[in-house]
Amino acid sequence: MNLRRLPLYVTIAIFVLAFLLCWLQFPRILSTRVVGNLLTDNAYLGIAAVGMTLVILSGGIDLSVGSVIAFSGVFIAVLLRDTGMHPLAAFALLLMVTTAFGAAQGALIHGLAMPAFIVTLAGMFLARGIAYLLTLDSIPIDHPFFETLQRAYWLMPGKGRFTLLGAVMLLAVAGGMLLAHRTRFGTNVFALGGGEATARMMGVPIGQTTVLIYAFSGFMAGLAGIVFAVYTAAGYPLATVGVELNAIAAVVIGGTLLSGGSGTVLGTLFGVLTMGLIQTYIVFDGTLSSWWTKIVIGLLLFLFIVLQKGLLTIGAARRAA
Amino acid sequence: MLLHARGLTKRFPGTVALDNVEFGLAAGEVHALLGENGAGKSTLIKCLTGAYRRDGGEILLDGRAVDPQSTAHAQELGIGTVYQEVNLLPNLTVAENLTLGRQPRRLGLVSRRAMRSLAREMLDGYGLSIDVDRDLGAYSVAVQQIIAIARAVHLSGKVLILDEPTASLDAREVALLFDVVRGLRERGLGIVFVSHFLDQVFAISDRITVLRNGRHVATTEAASLDRVRLINLMLGRELAEETSHNHGRREAGAELLRAEGLGRRGRITPFDLTIRSGEVIGMAGLLGSGRTETAEVLFGATAPDSGTVRDAKGPLDLSTPARAIAAGFGFAPEDRKTDGIIGDLTVRENIALALQAHRGWARPIPRAEQRRMADEYIRRLDIRTPGAEKPVGLLSGGNQQKVILARWLAMNPRFLILDEPTRGIDVGAHAEVLRLINEMVSSGMSLLVISSELEELVAVSDRVIVVRDRRHVAELAGQAITTEAIVNAIAAPEAKQEARA
Repeated sequence: MNLRRLPLYVTIAIFVLAFLLCWLQFPRILSTRVVGNLLTDNAYLGIAAVGMTLVILSGGIDLSVGSVIAFSGVFIAVLLRDTGMHPLAAFALLLMVTTAFGAAQGALIHGLAMPAFIVTLAGMFLARGIAYLLTLDSIPIDHPFFETLQRAYWLMPGKGRFTLLGAVMLLAVAGGMLLAHRTRFGTNVFALGGGEATARMMGVPIGQTTVLIYAFSGFMAGLAGIVFAVYTAAGYPLATVGVELNAIAAVVIGGTLLSGGSGTVLGTLFGVLTMGLIQTYIVFDGTLSSWWTKIVIGLLLFLFIVLQKGLLTIGAARRAA
Repeated sequence: MLLHARGLTKRFPGTVALDNVEFGLAAGEVHALLGENGAGKSTLIKCLTGAYRRDGGEILLDGRAVDPQSTAHAQELGIGTVYQEVNLLPNLTVAENLTLGRQPRRLGLVSRRAMRSLAREMLDGYGLSIDVDRDLGAYSVAVQQIIAIARAVHLSGKVLILDEPTASLDAREVALLFDVVRGLRERGLGIVFVSHFLDQVFAISDRITVLRNGRHVATTEAASLDRVRLINLMLGRELAEETSHNHGRREAGAELLRAEGLGRRGRITPFDLTIRSGEVIGMAGLLGSGRTETAEVLFGATAPDSGTVRDAKGPLDLSTPARAIAAGFGFAPEDRKTDGIIGDLTVRENIALALQAHRGWARPIPRAEQRRMADEYIRRLDIRTPGAEKPVGLLSGGNQQKVILARWLAMNPRFLILDEPTRGIDVGAHAEVLRLINEMVSSGMSLLVISSELEELVAVSDRVIVVRDRRHVAELAGQAITTEAIVNAIAAPEAKQEARA
């Protein structure tokens, strides 16, 4: 068996096992309602995590995601409040801004040969700061088109709602899978994560790939921002603090190697769903503090770090044998 | 002539790395490129593959002048390279590695099936039966090396440069690789083979070019060259040239250290070594023969996996450099710039470094004491510097070497290892370093001196140990130490074959 695919199987197994345990305690958890809500509630996180997966596969990190999501909500809310612009035009404008923002971060990372950590940390403060500049308060969005988007769902058998937001996330995951696993660009991303110097020797266009990776992450963060704005019907500069860390956690729990070069986009979906499931369990239980989510996620992260380290060691031992 | 470099010149600040070098490669030949460290092999290769821009001369490929700008450009022109460190990605599949940048696509998406069949086609004729969908990292270095060759040949297709491709392969793997190389030779490729394993060079090469100090020394048919003659070409010595030696001038003292069965798998075969106080042990051998590896296991830079070292009081723990230093050892490594000096720190700080580390951070050496120490060594070793506060990086190579010696002298070690102490320093400084070695020994210190300069070893050593193929193969003492004897010991395998024939 290919050792590299093992983390994906482990991720899926953990999700199935966790769902099974929840189901034993709360049989009603196995319903289309819960599944529909799981997808809807975690849509913005899932979308951001797809962008983060590409970044981490390349050996980088993008800390600006949470701030960009908050900026997106505020940007849309302000545009809709102050201009007569149609939300779709506002969305298009926003996606251009966040994609350019991501591309600029990628260009700086490559051009200055700076660690992604520090460049996107600056981006994180910058995006959050601009969000504050636009407004200090939460701005409600009450555009009729927003209500249409919120009400767009398909009623699954069992009265569960498969919402537009959930569908957008699944589309984002599918798009991310194609991009990462079925394009030359995707292979270049893996190559970059496997070793930049070697990738350069093999003719991978390092600069172009780096810019595209962070532009893609910026686009996905913008899309997540739109979904979040629709979900909350508001723009608030203090929203989604630390969401980038949740996205990183989802990527790692999804079986992607934090140092890059190995992982799957599909695994990230299951990472997000596992994190969402823990929250759902806590809601069902009703007595547990929500901090238990963090504790369980912390433990899962440790598990995956140890698993990855173990796999690397086994791989090295196999080669030596 | 497939590839012809004429009058190739490359200068770096302070040195001429390539001086008007000629190199010709015919189609369908394996042409070995040999020389010791600093001879200019890698500079020549880097000029041919566009990694460096040459300062003079021209490169003709198929009779046309070419000007490779980058490794990718050289590849397009037809010059492909495979390095010692496999330049492929272990986290991609074999097929992805082979086709990276050229994956066949359908409707904008990579077609896995077409990629697989292209990869199989590229590997056709290399005698590998492997699953191209598995990660490259799952295969041995030898297989990875062959895959790298397949990729380079597919992309370039005229000239293949193999830079130390066998350094991390075992004998069976080398044979596998050589079958591939012979196959490519029959297909009419010109192959440049760089290696410091002379057996392999004689096994595979049609012609041999030797470089020394950036100059072209000789190009001959491999069949017309014997091993002794080749080593002489590489080391630049004529056997007739006998060097005077101070044999018997020193009285060896009591036994200081005894290493028994010391070794590390894959680096140096276990060896025994006895060191007496107040003697210089020379160590001779070609590049990569196990000289530096011997020094590193003695100093704990690579932990030995067998054997012991003991002194009069009992066994010593030499598992890390810090422990070796505590046991009174010192080591001035081969590559001053990366392992020895810290260029941005001053002469004073560099001299105080090891002593401070030894004392621990809780007991800083007072600044006045550091100054006194630095001034004393600047005077004693005649270090040419405007002052103790000058950054070491600004001094000449010889003076940097003296700063390293001063650092270890300040520690007052009982056993000091000098790896190529005179490399890259001028003639005057060279003589001074040798004088210092004699001075240190007469004060009772024991030294292990590793050098490619045989005359130097003959001049300073009480005993000379010869290493070959990561094994200690001979020990010469007293009157037996001559450059001729050392060269013969290094070349021994062929000498034996001739004796049989």
